[in-house]
Amino acid sequence: MATKTYAGQTVEVNDEGYMVDASQWNKEIAAEIAKEEGIDLTDQHYEVLEFLRNASEKGETLTIRRVGKSGIVDIKGLYKLFPGGPLKHSSRIAGIAKPASCV
Amino acid sequence: MAEAKESPLKKVCIICAKGTIEDVYATLVMANGAVMEGIECKVFFTFFGLDGITKKQMGKIKTATVGNPAMRAPGGLPFPTILGMLPGVEAGVSAMMKSQMYKLDIPPVDEFLEMITAGGGEIYACKLAMDMFKLEKEDLHEEVKDVLTIGDFYGKCGGENTQIIFT
Repeated sequence: MATKTYAGQTVEVNDEGYMVDASQWNKEIAAEIAKEEGIDLTDQHYEVLEFLRNASEKGETLTIRRVGKSGIVDIKGLYKLFPGGPLKHSSRIAGIAKPASCV
Repeated sequence: MAEAKESPLKKVCIICAKGTIEDVYATLVMANGAVMEGIECKVFFTFFGLDGITKKQMGKIKTATVGNPAMRAPGGLPFPTILGMLPGVEAGVSAMMKSQMYKLDIPPVDEFLEMITAGGGEIYACKLAMDMFKLEKEDLHEEVKDVLTIGDFYGKCGGENTQIIFT
C-alpha cells in the first residue's frame, strides 16, 4: 500500500490515489488533494465533502443524484465545483473510497 | 491503470434506435456515465428510440414481455411468452422494472436527461424519424438540443479517441 504526505501528515492511499482510512482525513489534507485535481476549495466544496463523508459513513451508495438532492448544490453546480468527474473527484478529496455506482 | 492512461477515451456518441426500457436506459446510463467520468458525450435518438425523448411517451416506456427470452419471473422461474400476451402484464412487468431501478437511485427518463445535460452532454433527435412519426421539436423534452440529420450528427462525432455506440 502506498503512502502520501499531505499537509505534513502521512496517509495511506490506494493505487488510484484514494485514501484508505477515512479517519485520517482533515480539511488541510482535503485542500492539498484538491490542489492535485486543480481545485481551490470553497465553503460550498467543504459542505459537499461533509455530506459525502457522512453518507459514506452510514454505508449509503453515493450517486450524483443524491448529492444533487442534498440541498447543498444541484447537479449542474456539482459539475462546476468538481469539473471532469464530480463524484470521483469529490470522493477522493473527501478521503472516502472511490464510488462504486454507475449513476 | 498505467495502460488506461495511455490513450483515454475522450468522446462517446451514442445512438438509441429502440424505445424499450432497457434500450433507453442503457443509453441514458452510458451517456450519464460518460459525463460523470469527464468524457464528452452526444446522444442521438432515432426511430422508436424517440419515445425516450418525446414528452408524451417518455414516462410510459415499457419492457417487451413477448419475445423476450431473458425475462424471467421473480425467483428465476420461466416466464412463458403466452403470459406476456395477457392484458396488463407488460404494464405490470414494466412498473416492476422501474421500481427496481428507482431503488438503485436511477431516475425517471426526464430527470435522467437533465442529469446528462447538467454534465455537459448533448441530446439530439433524428430528423428523418421525426418526419416519419410526424413529430415536431415542441413534442420533445426541453433538454433535446436540436433535430439533426444523421450526417450532421456524424459531423459532431469527430476527433481523436471518439467512439460511436449503437444500443
